[in-house]
Amino acid sequence: MEIRNLISITDFSIEEIDRMMDLAEDIIQNPETYQHRCAGKKLATLFFEPSTRTRLSFEAAMMELGGNVLGFSSSDSSSAAKGESVSDTIRTVGCYADIIAMRHPKEGAPLIAAQRTTVPIINGGDGGHHHPTQTLTDLLTIKREKGRLDHLTVGLCGDLQFGRTVHSLIEAMLRYPENRFILISPEELRVPAYIRDLLWAAGVEWKQVEHMEQVMDQLDILYMTRVQRERFFNEQDYIRLKDSYILDMNKLKPAKKDLIILHPLPRVNEISIEVDDDPRACYFTQALCGKYIRMALILTLLDMTKEAN
Amino acid sequence: MNVDGVSTGIVIDHIPAGKSMEIYRLLHLEKLTCSVAIVQNAQSRKRGKKDIIKIDENITLNLDVLGFIDPDITVNMIQDGQLTKKKHLELPETLTGVIRCKNPRCITTVEQEIVHAFKLTDREKRQYSCIYCDTAYTE
Repeated sequence: MEIRNLISITDFSIEEIDRMMDLAEDIIQNPETYQHRCAGKKLATLFFEPSTRTRLSFEAAMMELGGNVLGFSSSDSSSAAKGESVSDTIRTVGCYADIIAMRHPKEGAPLIAAQRTTVPIINGGDGGHHHPTQTLTDLLTIKREKGRLDHLTVGLCGDLQFGRTVHSLIEAMLRYPENRFILISPEELRVPAYIRDLLWAAGVEWKQVEHMEQVMDQLDILYMTRVQRERFFNEQDYIRLKDSYILDMNKLKPAKKDLIILHPLPRVNEISIEVDDDPRACYFTQALCGKYIRMALILTLLDMTKEAN
Repeated sequence: MNVDGVSTGIVIDHIPAGKSMEIYRLLHLEKLTCSVAIVQNAQSRKRGKKDIIKIDENITLNLDVLGFIDPDITVNMIQDGQLTKKKHLELPETLTGVIRCKNPRCITTVEQEIVHAFKLTDREKRQYSCIYCDTAYTE
C-alpha cells in the first residue's frame, strides 16, 4: 500500500475530501461501528508547539476509534530540548507508532518527517504555513451547517496575512464551483500575494474591504480570526483598527438569518461573548467537527475505512 | 583581449553579462585542476554584452544550474578543436542542492542534513519556490 500523508490540503483531491466528510458523517451517525476499528493501533502526537484543540482532538479521535495514543505536548518534554533534529525524532517515533500527528514551529517540518519514516504523517500545523486538518474541520462544519460547499459567499475577517487557516480555507473553497470571497482586513493585514494570484487565476469573484459592516448582509459564512497587536507596525494603527474586527450583536444586525460564524479558536476578544448564544455561532460545533473529521482522516491514512473481514 | 581557444573541453557561451562568477561558484569550478578562463563583458550581437567560460577539459556539468541561471546559455562540447555537440538548455523543473532557502522560519534553517530543494512555480517569471516552506527564491 502506498503511504499517504496529509501535509497540505492539496494532497487530497476534492473527491477524497468528500469521501472523508461522508465517512465523518457516518461516524457521527453510527459511532458504535467504529469504536474498536483501530484497536491495537497507536497514534503518536508530537507537538513541538502548544495546542489545545488540535492535539486533544487527535487524541480523542484515536481513543474513540479504540486505539492508543503516545507523544509529547511541548518540545521541552522531548529530546528536541537536547537539540535532537526532527529527522531523528521521527525516525525513532516511527518505530513505535502506526501514524504520527505533529505540530512544529518551523515551516516544512512535516514534509521532512514524511521523508524520514514509512508511517503516515499528519501536519497539525507548521509555523505560518499549513494547517490542513483545521481546513478539513472547517469544510465539514460548512457542509453540515449549509448542506453544501459551493455557491457560497465566504467572508474572511481579521488577520488575513499571517492566518494560515485562512489561506488553506481559501485554497480549499476555490476548488468548489461558484464560491465568492470577501476579504475583510486592515490594509496592513491583507492576504499575501500568492493567495491573490490564486484568486485571480481561478477567475472567481472576490474583493477586499476594510470593514465588516460594509458587507455583512451579503455573507453566507463569516470566518473570524484574531487581529494581533504585534502584527502592527505602530500602536496607533492598532488602536484605530482593532474594534473594526470585533464581532458583536450590533454588527450582526444586517446579517442573513442563515449566516454561519466560524472561528478556528482560540478566541481572545474578536467575537463578543454575547454572540455565543446566537444560533448562527458555530465555532464550538466546529471544534466538535474537528474530532470527527480527524477520526475519518486517521482511518483513511491507515487504510481502515472498511471493516476488516 | 585574446583568450586561447579550447582544443578539448567545454565553452559555456551566451552567459548574461555579470553572471559568470555565480556560475563558477555554483558549478564548483574552483575545484578543477585544468585551465578555466572567464571572459566577462565580451561583445555579443544578440545581447550587447555577454560572459563566457572556457574549461580545458571535458567534465560533467550540472546543466540544471546553467538552465536556472539562464536557459538561453549554450554549452559547446569541443573535441580535438572540433565542435562535437551544442547543448541548449531548459528551465529545470526542480533544483536540488544548488540554492538555499532564505526564509528564517523554514525547517532548512535548523536541520543540518536537509538538502535545499526548489520547484519551478512560475515558468514565465522563472520563479522557484522552496519545496518545504513554499517561499519564493529571491537573489
